Amino acid sequence: MSRATAEALNPAQLPAKLIAKPLAPVKRLPNAPLRPARRVATRLPNGLWRNRATDAALAWLLPVALLGLWYVGAERGWLSEQVLPPPAFVYQALADLFASGDLWLNASASLQRVLVGFLVGSSLGITLGLAMGLSKTVEDYLLPTFNALVQIPVLGWMPFALLLFGIGEPLKYVLIAHAALVPVTLCTLQAFHEVPKRLLEVGRAYGFSRRQIVTDIVLPSAVAPIFTGLRLGFTKAWLSLVVVELLASSEGLGYLIAYGRQLFQLDLVMAAVVVVGTIGLLIDRGFEFVERRLNRGRPSKTGRLA
Amino acid sequence: MSTLTITQSSQSHRYRGWVVPIMAVAVWWLASSQGWSSSGLLVSPQKVAVTAWEQVTSGQFWRAISASLTRDVSGFVIGTTLGLLLGCLLGLSRLFERLVGPSFNTFKQISLFAWIPLISVWFGLGDVAKVVFLSLAALVPVVVNTCDGLRSVSPALLEVARVYGFTRWQTIIGVMLPAALPSIFTGIYLALVYSWLATIGAEYLLVSGSGIGNTLIEGSEHFMMDLVLFGMIVIGLVGWALNLLARRLEQRMQRLYGITPR
Repeated sequence: MSRATAEALNPAQLPAKLIAKPLAPVKRLPNAPLRPARRVATRLPNGLWRNRATDAALAWLLPVALLGLWYVGAERGWLSEQVLPPPAFVYQALADLFASGDLWLNASASLQRVLVGFLVGSSLGITLGLAMGLSKTVEDYLLPTFNALVQIPVLGWMPFALLLFGIGEPLKYVLIAHAALVPVTLCTLQAFHEVPKRLLEVGRAYGFSRRQIVTDIVLPSAVAPIFTGLRLGFTKAWLSLVVVELLASSEGLGYLIAYGRQLFQLDLVMAAVVVVGTIGLLIDRGFEFVERRLNRGRPSKTGRLA
Repeated sequence: MSTLTITQSSQSHRYRGWVVPIMAVAVWWLASSQGWSSSGLLVSPQKVAVTAWEQVTSGQFWRAISASLTRDVSGFVIGTTLGLLLGCLLGLSRLFERLVGPSFNTFKQISLFAWIPLISVWFGLGDVAKVVFLSLAALVPVVVNTCDGLRSVSPALLEVARVYGFTRWQTIIGVMLPAALPSIFTGIYLALVYSWLATIGAEYLLVSGSGIGNTLIEGSEHFMMDLVLFGMIVIGLVGWALNLLARRLEQRMQRLYGITPR
Protein backbone atom coordinates (compact mmCIF):
# COMPACT_ATOMS: atom_id res chain seq x y z
CA MET A 1 0.00 0.00 0.00
CA SER A 2 1.42 3.31 -0.98
CA ARG A 3 1.92 6.11 1.37
CA ALA A 4 -0.47 8.44 -0.37
CA THR A 5 -3.54 6.25 0.01
CA ALA A 6 -2.73 5.48 3.61
CA GLU A 7 -2.56 9.17 4.27
CA ALA A 8 -5.82 9.87 2.44
CA LEU A 9 -7.65 7.37 4.52
CA ASN A 10 -6.66 9.00 7.72
CA PRO A 11 -9.33 11.62 8.51
CA ALA A 12 -7.21 13.39 10.99
CA GLN A 13 -4.69 14.30 8.34
CA LEU A 14 -7.21 15.62 5.77
CA PRO A 15 -7.22 19.34 5.31
CA ALA A 16 -9.78 20.91 7.60
CA LYS A 17 -12.02 22.33 4.82
CA LEU A 18 -12.77 18.89 3.42
CA ILE A 19 -14.38 17.62 6.60
CA ALA A 20 -18.12 18.20 6.71
CA LYS A 21 -19.12 20.86 9.17
CA PRO A 22 -22.50 20.91 10.82
CA LEU A 23 -24.87 22.86 8.57
CA ALA A 24 -25.35 26.49 9.40
CA PRO A 25 -28.99 27.61 9.65
CA VAL A 26 -30.21 28.64 6.20
CA LYS A 27 -30.13 32.36 5.72
CA ARG A 28 -32.76 33.59 3.30
CA LEU A 29 -31.53 35.98 0.74
CA PRO A 30 -33.63 39.08 0.29
CA ASN A 31 -35.97 38.93 -2.68
CA ALA A 32 -34.33 40.00 -5.86
CA PRO A 33 -35.67 43.33 -7.01
CA LEU A 34 -37.97 42.99 -10.03
CA ARG A 35 -35.84 43.72 -12.98
CA PRO A 36 -36.75 43.58 -16.63
CA ALA A 37 -35.15 40.69 -18.47
CA ARG A 38 -31.83 41.64 -19.85
CA ARG A 39 -31.94 42.46 -23.51
CA VAL A 40 -29.63 40.38 -25.61
CA ALA A 41 -28.54 41.63 -28.97
CA THR A 42 -29.81 39.03 -31.41
CA ARG A 43 -29.96 41.09 -34.53
CA LEU A 44 -27.27 40.86 -37.10
CA PRO A 45 -25.06 43.92 -37.40
CA ASN A 46 -27.00 45.05 -40.45
CA GLY A 47 -30.28 44.38 -38.71
CA LEU A 48 -31.26 47.94 -39.31
CA TRP A 49 -31.79 47.05 -42.95
CA ARG A 50 -33.87 44.02 -42.29
CA ASN A 51 -37.10 45.29 -40.89
CA ARG A 52 -40.46 45.11 -42.50
CA ALA A 53 -40.71 48.73 -43.51
CA THR A 54 -37.56 48.69 -45.59
CA ASP A 55 -38.56 45.35 -47.03
CA ALA A 56 -41.84 46.78 -48.20
CA ALA A 57 -40.16 49.90 -49.51
CA LEU A 58 -37.63 47.87 -51.47
CA ALA A 59 -40.34 45.59 -52.82
CA TRP A 60 -42.29 48.53 -54.18
CA LEU A 61 -39.25 50.22 -55.66
CA LEU A 62 -39.18 48.22 -58.88
CA PRO A 63 -42.91 48.30 -59.69
CA VAL A 64 -43.07 52.01 -58.94
CA ALA A 65 -40.01 52.67 -61.07
CA LEU A 66 -41.49 50.67 -63.96
CA LEU A 67 -44.79 52.45 -63.61
CA GLY A 68 -42.98 55.77 -63.60
CA LEU A 69 -41.04 54.80 -66.70
CA TRP A 70 -44.22 53.67 -68.39
CA TYR A 71 -45.97 56.91 -67.48
CA VAL A 72 -43.13 59.12 -68.66
CA GLY A 73 -42.71 57.00 -71.78
CA ALA A 74 -46.36 57.37 -72.66
CA GLU A 75 -46.29 61.09 -71.87
CA ARG A 76 -43.30 61.75 -74.06
CA GLY A 77 -44.66 59.52 -76.81
CA TRP A 78 -41.72 57.11 -76.90
CA LEU A 79 -44.14 54.44 -77.97
CA SER A 80 -47.42 54.89 -79.78
CA GLU A 81 -50.65 54.46 -77.89
CA GLN A 82 -51.52 51.39 -79.92
CA VAL A 83 -48.40 49.65 -78.74
CA LEU A 84 -48.39 50.75 -75.13
CA PRO A 85 -51.35 52.73 -73.84
CA PRO A 86 -50.58 55.09 -70.96
CA PRO A 87 -51.36 53.82 -67.46
CA ALA A 88 -54.22 56.27 -67.15
CA PHE A 89 -55.99 54.60 -70.09
CA VAL A 90 -55.63 51.19 -68.51
CA TYR A 91 -56.97 52.54 -65.27
CA GLN A 92 -59.84 54.14 -67.16
CA ALA A 93 -60.60 50.86 -68.92
CA LEU A 94 -60.60 49.08 -65.59
CA ALA A 95 -62.91 51.67 -64.05
CA ASP A 96 -65.24 51.45 -67.07
CA LEU A 97 -65.35 47.70 -66.74
CA PHE A 98 -66.28 48.08 -63.11
CA ALA A 99 -68.86 50.75 -63.69
CA SER A 100 -70.62 49.13 -66.64
CA GLY A 101 -70.89 45.80 -64.85
CA ASP A 102 -69.08 44.05 -67.71
CA LEU A 103 -66.36 43.04 -65.34
CA TRP A 104 -68.77 41.30 -63.01
CA LEU A 105 -70.56 39.61 -65.91
CA ASN A 106 -67.38 38.21 -67.42
CA ALA A 107 -65.67 37.39 -64.16
CA SER A 108 -68.69 35.49 -62.89
CA ALA A 109 -68.89 33.52 -66.14
CA SER A 110 -65.23 32.63 -65.83
CA LEU A 111 -65.46 31.80 -62.15
CA GLN A 112 -68.46 29.60 -62.70
CA ARG A 113 -66.66 27.68 -65.42
CA VAL A 114 -63.52 27.24 -63.42
CA LEU A 115 -65.43 26.21 -60.31
CA VAL A 116 -67.56 23.60 -62.03
CA GLY A 117 -64.63 22.29 -64.03
CA PHE A 118 -62.34 22.24 -61.04
CA LEU A 119 -64.88 20.50 -58.79
CA VAL A 120 -65.64 17.83 -61.38
CA GLY A 121 -61.99 17.35 -62.29
CA SER A 122 -60.63 17.27 -58.77
CA SER A 123 -63.29 14.93 -57.41
CA LEU A 124 -62.67 12.57 -60.31
CA GLY A 125 -58.95 12.96 -59.76
CA ILE A 126 -59.17 12.16 -56.07
CA THR A 127 -61.34 9.14 -56.80
CA LEU A 128 -58.95 7.90 -59.45
CA GLY A 129 -55.94 8.55 -57.26
CA LEU A 130 -57.56 6.81 -54.30
CA ALA A 131 -58.50 3.81 -56.40
CA MET A 132 -54.99 3.50 -57.77
CA GLY A 133 -53.39 4.22 -54.43
CA LEU A 134 -55.42 1.65 -52.56
CA SER A 135 -55.38 -1.14 -55.07
CA LYS A 136 -52.24 -2.26 -56.79
CA THR A 137 -54.37 -4.12 -59.34
CA VAL A 138 -56.20 -0.98 -60.41
CA GLU A 139 -52.90 0.84 -60.59
CA ASP A 140 -51.42 -1.87 -62.79
CA TYR A 141 -54.32 -1.62 -65.18
CA LEU A 142 -54.81 2.13 -65.33
CA LEU A 143 -51.58 3.94 -64.57
CA PRO A 144 -49.73 3.20 -67.85
CA THR A 145 -52.69 4.41 -69.89
CA PHE A 146 -53.08 7.43 -67.64
CA ASN A 147 -49.40 8.28 -67.99
CA ALA A 148 -49.62 7.96 -71.75
CA LEU A 149 -52.65 10.25 -71.95
CA VAL A 150 -51.02 12.78 -69.64
CA GLN A 151 -48.28 13.27 -72.20
CA ILE A 152 -50.80 15.13 -74.33
CA PRO A 153 -51.28 18.56 -72.76
CA VAL A 154 -54.70 20.14 -72.40
CA LEU A 155 -53.99 22.21 -75.48
CA GLY A 156 -53.45 19.04 -77.47
CA TRP A 157 -56.91 17.83 -76.52
CA MET A 158 -58.47 21.08 -77.49
CA PRO A 159 -59.08 20.54 -81.24
CA PHE A 160 -60.28 17.03 -80.48
CA ALA A 161 -62.71 18.27 -77.85
CA LEU A 162 -63.74 21.10 -80.14
CA LEU A 163 -64.84 18.58 -82.75
CA LEU A 164 -66.56 16.36 -80.21
CA PHE A 165 -68.36 18.93 -78.09
CA GLY A 166 -68.57 22.02 -80.26
CA ILE A 167 -67.93 25.53 -78.91
CA GLY A 168 -70.45 25.30 -76.05
CA GLU A 169 -70.09 25.27 -72.31
CA PRO A 170 -69.41 21.48 -72.16
CA LEU A 171 -66.15 22.04 -74.02
CA LYS A 172 -64.94 24.43 -71.32
CA TYR A 173 -66.03 22.21 -68.47
CA VAL A 174 -64.39 19.16 -69.99
CA LEU A 175 -61.07 20.87 -70.69
CA ILE A 176 -60.89 22.61 -67.33
CA ALA A 177 -61.84 19.40 -65.54
CA HIS A 178 -59.15 17.56 -67.44
CA ALA A 179 -56.60 20.20 -66.55
CA ALA A 180 -57.43 19.87 -62.85
CA LEU A 181 -57.74 16.10 -62.93
CA VAL A 182 -54.16 15.33 -63.93
CA PRO A 183 -52.21 16.95 -61.07
CA VAL A 184 -54.83 15.96 -58.50
CA THR A 185 -54.65 12.30 -59.53
CA LEU A 186 -50.87 12.26 -59.60
CA CYS A 187 -50.51 14.00 -56.25
CA THR A 188 -53.08 11.71 -54.63
CA LEU A 189 -51.30 8.65 -55.93
CA GLN A 190 -47.95 10.02 -54.83
CA ALA A 191 -49.37 10.74 -51.39
CA PHE A 192 -50.20 7.07 -51.07
CA HIS A 193 -46.78 6.02 -52.25
CA GLU A 194 -45.01 8.32 -49.85
CA VAL A 195 -46.67 7.34 -46.60
CA PRO A 196 -43.82 7.32 -44.07
CA LYS A 197 -42.54 3.76 -43.79
CA ARG A 198 -42.00 4.15 -40.07
CA LEU A 199 -45.68 4.82 -39.47
CA LEU A 200 -46.67 1.79 -41.49
CA GLU A 201 -44.29 -0.33 -39.47
CA VAL A 202 -45.72 0.97 -36.23
CA GLY A 203 -49.19 0.14 -37.50
CA ARG A 204 -48.11 -3.33 -38.41
CA ALA A 205 -46.40 -3.82 -35.07
CA TYR A 206 -49.64 -2.91 -33.33
CA GLY A 207 -51.45 -5.45 -35.45
CA PHE A 208 -53.63 -2.91 -37.27
CA SER A 209 -56.04 -4.37 -39.74
CA ARG A 210 -55.71 -3.24 -43.34
CA ARG A 211 -58.71 -0.99 -42.90
CA GLN A 212 -57.22 0.59 -39.80
CA ILE A 213 -53.95 1.20 -41.58
CA VAL A 214 -55.78 2.97 -44.37
CA THR A 215 -58.06 5.09 -42.21
CA ASP A 216 -55.68 5.84 -39.34
CA ILE A 217 -52.31 6.08 -41.02
CA VAL A 218 -52.48 6.42 -44.78
CA LEU A 219 -55.34 8.87 -45.16
CA PRO A 220 -54.24 11.33 -42.45
CA SER A 221 -50.74 11.50 -43.83
CA ALA A 222 -52.08 11.89 -47.37
CA VAL A 223 -54.26 14.92 -46.63
CA ALA A 224 -51.56 17.54 -47.03
CA PRO A 225 -50.07 16.19 -50.29
CA ILE A 226 -53.55 15.80 -51.75
CA PHE A 227 -54.21 19.40 -50.89
CA THR A 228 -51.02 20.39 -52.68
CA GLY A 229 -52.43 18.53 -55.66
CA LEU A 230 -55.66 20.48 -55.40
CA ARG A 231 -53.78 23.76 -55.38
CA LEU A 232 -51.75 22.72 -58.39
CA GLY A 233 -54.93 21.53 -60.07
CA PHE A 234 -56.55 24.88 -59.53
CA THR A 235 -53.57 26.71 -61.00
CA LYS A 236 -53.79 24.51 -64.08
CA ALA A 237 -57.54 24.95 -64.27
CA TRP A 238 -57.19 28.73 -64.16
CA LEU A 239 -54.51 28.63 -66.84
CA SER A 240 -56.64 26.45 -69.10
CA LEU A 241 -59.66 28.63 -68.52
CA VAL A 242 -57.83 31.59 -69.99
CA VAL A 243 -56.67 29.58 -72.98
CA VAL A 244 -60.07 28.09 -73.64
CA GLU A 245 -61.76 31.44 -73.38
CA LEU A 246 -59.15 33.05 -75.60
CA LEU A 247 -59.78 30.47 -78.27
CA ALA A 248 -63.46 29.73 -78.07
CA SER A 249 -65.96 31.74 -76.08
CA SER A 250 -68.25 34.73 -76.19
CA GLU A 251 -67.96 35.80 -72.58
CA GLY A 252 -65.51 35.53 -69.74
CA LEU A 253 -62.23 37.18 -68.83
CA GLY A 254 -60.31 35.37 -71.55
CA TYR A 255 -62.86 36.53 -74.07
CA LEU A 256 -62.37 40.09 -72.83
CA ILE A 257 -58.66 39.73 -73.59
CA ALA A 258 -59.31 38.25 -77.03
CA TYR A 259 -61.88 40.95 -77.78
CA GLY A 260 -59.54 43.73 -76.78
CA ARG A 261 -56.84 42.20 -78.93
CA GLN A 262 -59.08 42.05 -81.97
CA LEU A 263 -60.03 45.70 -81.60
CA PHE A 264 -56.43 46.65 -80.82
CA GLN A 265 -57.60 48.10 -77.52
CA LEU A 266 -54.56 47.24 -75.52
CA ASP A 267 -55.85 49.13 -72.50
CA LEU A 268 -58.77 46.72 -72.33
CA VAL A 269 -56.39 43.77 -72.75
CA MET A 270 -54.18 45.00 -69.95
CA ALA A 271 -57.10 45.70 -67.66
CA ALA A 272 -58.40 42.18 -68.24
CA VAL A 273 -54.94 40.71 -67.65
CA VAL A 274 -54.76 42.58 -64.36
CA VAL A 275 -58.13 41.17 -63.32
CA VAL A 276 -57.16 37.63 -64.33
CA GLY A 277 -53.90 37.92 -62.44
CA THR A 278 -55.53 39.36 -59.34
CA ILE A 279 -58.23 36.71 -59.11
CA GLY A 280 -55.72 33.93 -59.71
CA LEU A 281 -53.40 35.39 -57.10
CA LEU A 282 -56.14 35.73 -54.50
CA ILE A 283 -57.36 32.18 -54.92
CA ASP A 284 -53.83 30.83 -54.90
CA ARG A 285 -53.10 32.73 -51.69
CA GLY A 286 -56.19 31.16 -50.13
CA PHE A 287 -54.99 27.71 -51.07
CA GLU A 288 -51.50 28.51 -49.83
CA PHE A 289 -52.88 29.60 -46.48
CA VAL A 290 -54.76 26.35 -45.97
CA GLU A 291 -51.81 24.36 -47.23
CA ARG A 292 -49.49 25.99 -44.74
CA ARG A 293 -51.85 25.14 -41.89
CA LEU A 294 -52.04 21.55 -43.05
CA ASN A 295 -48.29 21.31 -43.39
CA ARG A 296 -47.57 22.68 -39.96
CA GLY A 297 -45.02 20.53 -38.20
CA ARG A 298 -44.01 18.68 -41.30
CA PRO A 299 -40.48 18.95 -42.62
CA SER A 300 -40.56 21.28 -45.59
CA LYS A 301 -39.57 19.94 -48.93
CA THR A 302 -37.20 21.78 -51.15
CA GLY A 303 -38.14 22.46 -54.71
CA ARG A 304 -41.62 22.65 -56.05
CA LEU A 305 -43.71 20.63 -58.35
CA ALA A 306 -44.56 23.57 -60.46
CA MET B 1 -49.68 -5.04 -47.45
CA SER B 2 -48.46 -5.40 -50.97
CA THR B 3 -50.71 -2.57 -52.07
CA LEU B 4 -49.26 -0.07 -49.69
CA THR B 5 -45.61 -0.65 -50.36
CA ILE B 6 -45.56 0.19 -54.00
CA THR B 7 -41.98 0.47 -54.94
CA GLN B 8 -41.45 -1.83 -57.88
CA SER B 9 -43.98 -3.01 -60.38
CA SER B 10 -43.97 -6.75 -60.37
CA GLN B 11 -42.83 -8.14 -63.68
CA SER B 12 -45.58 -10.72 -63.92
CA HIS B 13 -48.23 -8.01 -63.97
CA ARG B 14 -46.67 -6.06 -66.79
CA TYR B 15 -49.37 -7.16 -69.23
CA ARG B 16 -52.02 -5.38 -67.18
CA GLY B 17 -50.92 -1.99 -68.40
CA TRP B 18 -51.71 -3.00 -71.96
CA VAL B 19 -55.25 -4.22 -71.30
CA VAL B 20 -56.97 -0.84 -71.22
CA PRO B 21 -55.35 0.68 -74.33
CA ILE B 22 -55.80 -2.47 -76.40
CA MET B 23 -59.43 -2.72 -75.40
CA ALA B 24 -59.96 0.96 -76.17
CA VAL B 25 -58.50 0.57 -79.64
CA ALA B 26 -60.56 -2.60 -80.18
CA VAL B 27 -63.78 -0.82 -79.21
CA TRP B 28 -62.84 2.13 -81.39
CA TRP B 29 -62.13 -0.16 -84.34
CA LEU B 30 -65.35 -2.08 -83.82
CA ALA B 31 -67.38 1.10 -83.49
CA SER B 32 -66.04 2.50 -86.72
CA SER B 33 -66.23 -0.72 -88.72
CA GLN B 34 -69.75 -1.57 -87.56
CA GLY B 35 -70.88 1.98 -88.11
CA TRP B 36 -72.25 2.57 -84.61
CA SER B 37 -72.30 6.25 -85.25
CA SER B 38 -73.13 7.98 -88.49
CA SER B 39 -71.13 11.03 -87.45
CA GLY B 40 -68.24 11.81 -89.72
CA LEU B 41 -66.13 12.32 -86.64
CA LEU B 42 -65.89 8.61 -85.96
CA VAL B 43 -62.94 7.82 -88.17
CA SER B 44 -61.45 4.37 -88.24
CA PRO B 45 -57.99 3.60 -86.87
CA GLN B 46 -56.93 2.66 -90.39
CA LYS B 47 -57.88 6.09 -91.65
CA VAL B 48 -55.69 7.67 -88.99
CA ALA B 49 -52.83 5.41 -90.00
CA VAL B 50 -53.29 6.33 -93.67
CA THR B 51 -53.36 10.04 -92.84
CA ALA B 52 -50.25 9.64 -90.73
CA TRP B 53 -48.48 7.90 -93.59
CA GLU B 54 -49.53 10.61 -96.06
CA GLN B 55 -48.34 13.34 -93.72
CA VAL B 56 -45.01 11.68 -93.20
CA THR B 57 -44.34 10.81 -96.84
CA SER B 58 -45.49 14.12 -98.25
CA GLY B 59 -43.00 15.95 -96.06
CA GLN B 60 -45.66 18.15 -94.46
CA PHE B 61 -45.13 16.43 -91.16
CA TRP B 62 -41.38 17.01 -91.19
CA ARG B 63 -41.82 20.66 -92.02
CA ALA B 64 -44.29 21.09 -89.18
CA ILE B 65 -42.36 19.14 -86.59
CA SER B 66 -39.02 20.75 -87.39
CA ALA B 67 -40.57 24.21 -87.22
CA SER B 68 -42.16 23.39 -83.87
CA LEU B 69 -39.04 21.83 -82.41
CA THR B 70 -36.79 24.66 -83.56
CA ARG B 71 -39.04 27.13 -81.79
CA ASP B 72 -39.30 24.94 -78.76
CA VAL B 73 -35.55 24.54 -78.40
CA SER B 74 -34.67 28.17 -79.04
CA GLY B 75 -37.28 29.40 -76.60
CA PHE B 76 -36.20 26.83 -74.07
CA VAL B 77 -32.52 27.74 -74.32
CA ILE B 78 -33.12 31.49 -74.07
CA GLY B 79 -35.62 31.14 -71.25
CA THR B 80 -33.48 28.72 -69.26
CA THR B 81 -30.35 30.83 -69.60
CA LEU B 82 -32.11 33.97 -68.46
CA GLY B 83 -33.88 31.97 -65.76
CA LEU B 84 -30.62 30.61 -64.38
CA LEU B 85 -29.14 34.09 -64.25
CA LEU B 86 -32.16 35.61 -62.57
CA GLY B 87 -32.56 32.65 -60.23
CA CYS B 88 -28.92 32.85 -59.13
CA LEU B 89 -29.20 36.57 -58.52
CA LEU B 90 -32.39 36.08 -56.53
CA GLY B 91 -30.96 33.16 -54.60
CA LEU B 92 -27.57 34.67 -53.81
CA SER B 93 -28.15 38.35 -53.29
CA ARG B 94 -30.36 39.36 -50.40
CA LEU B 95 -30.68 42.88 -51.68
CA PHE B 96 -31.67 41.77 -55.18
CA GLU B 97 -34.14 39.33 -53.73
CA ARG B 98 -35.80 42.06 -51.71
CA LEU B 99 -35.84 44.39 -54.68
CA VAL B 100 -37.09 42.02 -57.34
CA GLY B 101 -38.50 39.02 -55.49
CA PRO B 102 -41.97 40.37 -54.67
CA SER B 103 -42.42 41.76 -58.17
CA PHE B 104 -41.38 38.47 -59.69
CA ASN B 105 -43.74 36.52 -57.47
CA THR B 106 -46.62 38.68 -58.60
CA PHE B 107 -45.52 38.51 -62.20
CA LYS B 108 -45.40 34.72 -62.24
CA GLN B 109 -49.00 34.54 -61.02
CA ILE B 110 -50.26 36.05 -64.23
CA SER B 111 -51.63 33.28 -66.34
CA LEU B 112 -49.03 32.54 -68.99
CA PHE B 113 -51.41 32.69 -71.92
CA ALA B 114 -52.71 36.06 -70.87
CA TRP B 115 -49.45 37.43 -72.26
CA ILE B 116 -50.26 36.29 -75.77
CA PRO B 117 -52.30 39.35 -76.81
CA LEU B 118 -49.66 41.75 -75.53
CA ILE B 119 -46.87 39.76 -77.13
CA SER B 120 -48.76 39.62 -80.40
CA VAL B 121 -49.12 43.39 -80.44
CA TRP B 122 -45.51 44.01 -79.47
CA PHE B 123 -43.80 41.33 -81.51
CA GLY B 124 -46.25 40.39 -84.24
CA LEU B 125 -47.38 36.89 -85.03
CA GLY B 126 -44.13 35.48 -86.38
CA ASP B 127 -41.40 33.39 -84.89
CA VAL B 128 -40.01 36.20 -82.75
CA ALA B 129 -43.27 36.49 -80.84
CA LYS B 130 -43.44 32.73 -80.37
CA VAL B 131 -39.89 32.48 -79.12
CA VAL B 132 -40.48 35.36 -76.70
CA PHE B 133 -43.54 33.59 -75.36
CA LEU B 134 -41.70 30.28 -75.06
CA SER B 135 -38.81 31.89 -73.24
CA LEU B 136 -41.28 33.35 -70.80
CA ALA B 137 -42.79 29.91 -70.26
CA ALA B 138 -39.39 28.33 -69.64
CA LEU B 139 -38.08 31.20 -67.53
CA VAL B 140 -40.51 31.00 -64.63
CA PRO B 141 -39.94 27.43 -63.36
CA VAL B 142 -36.16 27.78 -63.75
CA VAL B 143 -36.08 30.97 -61.69
CA VAL B 144 -38.34 29.57 -58.98
CA ASN B 145 -36.42 26.33 -58.57
CA THR B 146 -32.93 27.80 -58.89
CA CYS B 147 -33.71 30.40 -56.27
CA ASP B 148 -35.36 27.81 -54.02
CA GLY B 149 -32.42 25.46 -54.34
CA LEU B 150 -29.86 28.10 -53.49
CA ARG B 151 -31.95 29.34 -50.60
CA SER B 152 -32.42 25.93 -49.03
CA VAL B 153 -28.79 24.84 -48.95
CA SER B 154 -28.30 23.12 -45.61
CA PRO B 155 -26.93 25.53 -42.97
CA ALA B 156 -24.59 22.75 -41.83
CA LEU B 157 -22.79 22.87 -45.17
CA LEU B 158 -22.53 26.63 -45.03
CA GLU B 159 -21.07 26.41 -41.54
CA VAL B 160 -18.45 23.96 -42.69
CA ALA B 161 -17.56 26.37 -45.46
CA ARG B 162 -17.26 29.18 -42.93
CA VAL B 163 -15.10 27.06 -40.65
CA TYR B 164 -12.76 26.31 -43.53
CA GLY B 165 -12.56 30.00 -44.22
CA PHE B 166 -14.03 29.80 -47.72
CA THR B 167 -14.42 33.09 -49.48
CA ARG B 168 -17.91 34.01 -50.63
CA TRP B 169 -17.03 33.00 -54.16
CA GLN B 170 -15.64 29.64 -53.02
CA THR B 171 -18.76 29.03 -50.96
CA ILE B 172 -20.98 29.70 -53.97
CA ILE B 173 -19.01 27.58 -56.41
CA GLY B 174 -17.94 24.80 -54.06
CA VAL B 175 -20.91 24.45 -51.74
CA MET B 176 -24.09 26.24 -52.76
CA LEU B 177 -24.28 25.46 -56.46
CA PRO B 178 -23.61 21.72 -56.10
CA ALA B 179 -26.11 21.52 -53.25
CA ALA B 180 -28.70 23.36 -55.32
CA LEU B 181 -28.14 21.30 -58.47
CA PRO B 182 -31.00 18.82 -57.98
CA SER B 183 -33.45 21.65 -57.54
CA ILE B 184 -32.01 23.49 -60.54
CA PHE B 185 -32.44 20.35 -62.61
CA THR B 186 -36.05 20.11 -61.54
CA GLY B 187 -36.52 23.65 -62.79
CA ILE B 188 -34.89 22.94 -66.14
CA TYR B 189 -36.91 19.79 -66.49
CA LEU B 190 -40.13 21.66 -65.82
CA ALA B 191 -39.01 24.32 -68.28
CA LEU B 192 -38.69 21.66 -70.96
CA VAL B 193 -42.20 20.40 -70.27
CA TYR B 194 -43.69 23.90 -70.13
CA SER B 195 -41.97 25.11 -73.25
CA TRP B 196 -43.40 22.23 -75.25
CA LEU B 197 -46.86 23.02 -73.93
CA ALA B 198 -46.30 26.66 -74.76
CA THR B 199 -45.14 25.77 -78.27
CA ILE B 200 -48.50 24.22 -78.98
CA GLY B 201 -50.29 27.15 -77.37
CA ALA B 202 -48.26 29.70 -79.30
CA GLU B 203 -49.06 27.95 -82.55
CA TYR B 204 -52.76 27.96 -81.77
CA LEU B 205 -52.95 31.55 -80.72
CA LEU B 206 -50.34 33.20 -82.91
CA VAL B 207 -51.48 31.59 -86.11
CA SER B 208 -48.87 31.97 -88.80
CA GLY B 209 -46.33 29.75 -90.47
CA SER B 210 -46.28 26.04 -89.93
CA GLY B 211 -46.01 23.87 -86.88
CA ILE B 212 -47.61 20.86 -85.35
CA GLY B 213 -50.13 23.04 -83.55
CA ASN B 214 -51.14 24.55 -86.86
CA THR B 215 -51.66 21.07 -88.26
CA LEU B 216 -54.05 20.35 -85.41
CA ILE B 217 -55.99 23.58 -85.85
CA GLU B 218 -56.23 22.94 -89.56
CA GLY B 219 -57.63 19.47 -88.92
CA SER B 220 -60.11 20.90 -86.45
CA GLU B 221 -61.25 23.60 -88.86
CA HIS B 222 -61.83 21.14 -91.69
CA PHE B 223 -63.50 18.56 -89.46
CA MET B 224 -60.73 16.08 -90.18
CA MET B 225 -60.69 13.97 -87.07
CA ASP B 226 -57.97 11.73 -88.48
CA LEU B 227 -55.60 14.66 -88.80
CA VAL B 228 -56.47 15.86 -85.31
CA LEU B 229 -55.83 12.43 -83.81
CA PHE B 230 -52.55 12.15 -85.67
CA GLY B 231 -51.47 15.55 -84.37
CA MET B 232 -52.41 14.61 -80.81
CA ILE B 233 -50.39 11.43 -80.99
CA VAL B 234 -47.39 13.35 -82.30
CA ILE B 235 -47.68 15.96 -79.54
CA GLY B 236 -47.89 13.22 -76.94
CA LEU B 237 -44.92 11.35 -78.38
CA VAL B 238 -42.73 14.44 -78.60
CA GLY B 239 -43.66 15.39 -75.04
CA TRP B 240 -42.81 11.90 -73.89
CA ALA B 241 -39.49 11.90 -75.74
CA LEU B 242 -38.52 15.28 -74.29
CA ASN B 243 -39.47 14.00 -70.87
CA LEU B 244 -37.34 10.92 -71.26
CA LEU B 245 -34.41 12.92 -72.57
CA ALA B 246 -34.59 15.29 -69.63
CA ARG B 247 -34.74 12.43 -67.13
CA ARG B 248 -31.73 10.74 -68.70
CA LEU B 249 -29.71 13.94 -68.75
CA GLU B 250 -30.64 14.62 -65.16
CA GLN B 251 -29.52 11.17 -64.06
CA ARG B 252 -26.29 11.46 -66.01
CA MET B 253 -25.52 14.84 -64.48
CA GLN B 254 -26.33 13.63 -61.03
CA ARG B 255 -24.00 10.70 -61.42
CA LEU B 256 -21.34 13.02 -62.77
CA TYR B 257 -21.57 15.26 -59.74
CA GLY B 258 -22.11 12.40 -57.34
CA ILE B 259 -25.45 13.68 -56.17
CA THR B 260 -27.99 11.28 -54.84
CA PRO B 261 -31.39 12.04 -56.26
CA ARG B 262 -33.81 13.49 -53.78
